[in-house]
Amino acid sequence: MTLQGWILILGFIAILLVLTRPMGTWLFALYEGRRTPLHVVLGPVERGVYKLSGIDPKAEQGWRRYALHMLLFNAALMLLTYVVLRLQGVLPGNPQGLPGLSGHLAFNTAISFTANTNWQSYGGESTMSNFSQMFGLTIHNFLSAATGIALAFALFRGFARRSATTIGNFWADVTRVTLYVLLPLCVLLTVFYIASGVPQTLAGTVDVTTLEGAKQTLALGPVASQEAIKMLGTNGGGFFNANSAHPFENPTALTNLVQMLSIFLIGFGLTWTFGKAVGNTRQGWAILSSMLILFLIGVGVTYWQEAAGNPIVHQLGIAGGNMEGKEVRFGVAATALFSVVTTAASCGAVNGMHDSFTALGGMIPLINMQLGEVVIGGVGAGIYGFLLFAILAVFVAGLMVGRTPEYVGKKIESREVKLAVLAIAILPLIILGFTAISSVVAAGLAGPLNKGPHGFSEILYAFTSGVANNGSAFAGLTANTPYYDGMLGVAMWLGRFFIILPMLAIAGSLAAKKYTPESAGSFPTTGGLWVGLLVGTILILGGLTFLPSLALGPIADHLAMISGKTF
Amino acid sequence: MTSDIKSALRPVLAMTILFALLLGIVYPLAMTGIGQAIFPRQANGSLVTQGGKVVGSTVVGQAFTSERYFQTRPSAAGKGYDGLASSGSNLGPTSQALVDRITADVAKRRAEGVGGALPADLATASGSGLDPDLSPASAFAQVARVARARNLPAERVRALVAAQVETPLLGILGDPTVNVLALNRALDASGG
Repeated sequence: MTLQGWILILGFIAILLVLTRPMGTWLFALYEGRRTPLHVVLGPVERGVYKLSGIDPKAEQGWRRYALHMLLFNAALMLLTYVVLRLQGVLPGNPQGLPGLSGHLAFNTAISFTANTNWQSYGGESTMSNFSQMFGLTIHNFLSAATGIALAFALFRGFARRSATTIGNFWADVTRVTLYVLLPLCVLLTVFYIASGVPQTLAGTVDVTTLEGAKQTLALGPVASQEAIKMLGTNGGGFFNANSAHPFENPTALTNLVQMLSIFLIGFGLTWTFGKAVGNTRQGWAILSSMLILFLIGVGVTYWQEAAGNPIVHQLGIAGGNMEGKEVRFGVAATALFSVVTTAASCGAVNGMHDSFTALGGMIPLINMQLGEVVIGGVGAGIYGFLLFAILAVFVAGLMVGRTPEYVGKKIESREVKLAVLAIAILPLIILGFTAISSVVAAGLAGPLNKGPHGFSEILYAFTSGVANNGSAFAGLTANTPYYDGMLGVAMWLGRFFIILPMLAIAGSLAAKKYTPESAGSFPTTGGLWVGLLVGTILILGGLTFLPSLALGPIADHLAMISGKTF
Repeated sequence: MTSDIKSALRPVLAMTILFALLLGIVYPLAMTGIGQAIFPRQANGSLVTQGGKVVGSTVVGQAFTSERYFQTRPSAAGKGYDGLASSGSNLGPTSQALVDRITADVAKRRAEGVGGALPADLATASGSGLDPDLSPASAFAQVARVARARNLPAERVRALVAAQVETPLLGILGDPTVNVLALNRALDASGG
């Protein structure tokens, strides 16, 4: 590890802390349905959308209707993408003449992008036409992100409202977030990326004759416009197979920094928005503090392990940190940081190959996802996932002091706790269940590239990434098979919507409650004790379940690595 | 429930179509227009031409295997630096295949007379398989071979490398790099 590396890591966090309040304030205005300076330009667009769709943005919805409209909208978008991908061969915008996708791949990809996962069983440059990238995939990058933020708003309203029967209007939330946050920021980011060397063209490929006289064909396309929302919306689906390691997606160390910042920007802001919504911004800072503690531990371990390098490789006469699967322009520090950022959030973009990380360096991304991506987390999904843990934490605290637990003015009762457990239990159930099945059936065992414990890690990582809606991979796994496309498709769908429904039910149930003012007997949810309790709850309730699987995968791999055993 | 679904039908269909058009067509096409107008070079892949021919992109790496050129890192993109098949090796830390590949690459460098521990990037495959750069140490390690192959004084080749080292932005962003295509073009231009 170097001083320079740590300055990068701490500077990265410092920039985000400065941006937290402005971003949070902007989001709060949209949460409240207030005007922003952008309404002058985009207000007519917003009103036009409502008019054509027959939507009354002021019509409040109860949690059931909010959930129903959200589900139907996502299902329609998923169907659209499935059709676009299947028919790719006959649709326009296909300069490479690529054929339509197989049924299982289109199924997997349509779910993947709808669920904000962006797991990719394919290599973008050899599978997707420009039209599919734009019309089939980019739309999900916006709308799955907007859906996540809308859902977070709905839960915030559950905490903030008193004796209410409604939690907002889904259509108004999605439209406002898309028009006033995602789209304007993406326009700025796209221009920056193009200026930095990310292509933005409708051409498919360009042929070059290398200095040595060989022919090299470079894949091009409308990359920058997709790159912008891929990071900002914590989607992570790369235009190219190598994702943000590809020089056309991420050409410089500066674009790399901007990509990492855009992954976290909205997640940081939403903690502030939450505090503002419940009337005490210290509530937001307390959440952010516990997230940052977990984040820094993760970065520390991964950076340390990657900088220390692989002793097996050192034996062969190579010095220094682990550079297998990493780009020179980023180096070890920025790649380690990126890997922890992308898995703490539900992004899943990678700027280096996690499969080739050292055993423990690659275990941290895995743990981040297994904790449910509540360390900052995906846009919207991170904070609503975190608040489920907060509900469990006040419940645990309530058990210890023998009082009815309260959180930000709401009594937490058995219904909320049951629903929170239901939402959180889906992760281990599917991750471990599907990994176990895939470790014994032939179609599952055909997947891994690597042998030994690392092969098991590849399977575990795939289902963890799918259920947690991350999308990054230990990419050695051959996943474009009917078995993995199908299993992962189901895993991604359940991982997204099986958490959302109980969460919205909690929002509805909280909104209906009266306000309970804080008293001398309330457990304080702003100080250091609370932050510690949150961290402990997440690690114990979220993490402990996975320890045996980690022992079989990365920990066994690490022990093999330090004793020089190869497979 | 049925009436709920019925009432949702129009917003679902209209919003799906409207946003698909706005985000899937208008946005990327508008960005393409802006990019092509303001930054045409970058928007089309930052291509480098030499003698009327496109010889590569400043951004993307290409294969250099001749001993007369500075060689790029091992690549897992297709058969090496395939611009249509970007990929890392995805070999894990305890992979025997990784050990075999690195052993062969190290032996090749040893045969060229490179002693001591090799810089980490020289014998490892990048994440994209299209890494355009080398670390300065990996470039300097190839100076003696290139100078021999081109009958140039080693000092002159070393100076060419030194001139191509790009320092990180603000001293902290990323690692120092040498763009291999730029270096090799400078090498060709130096008349060796």
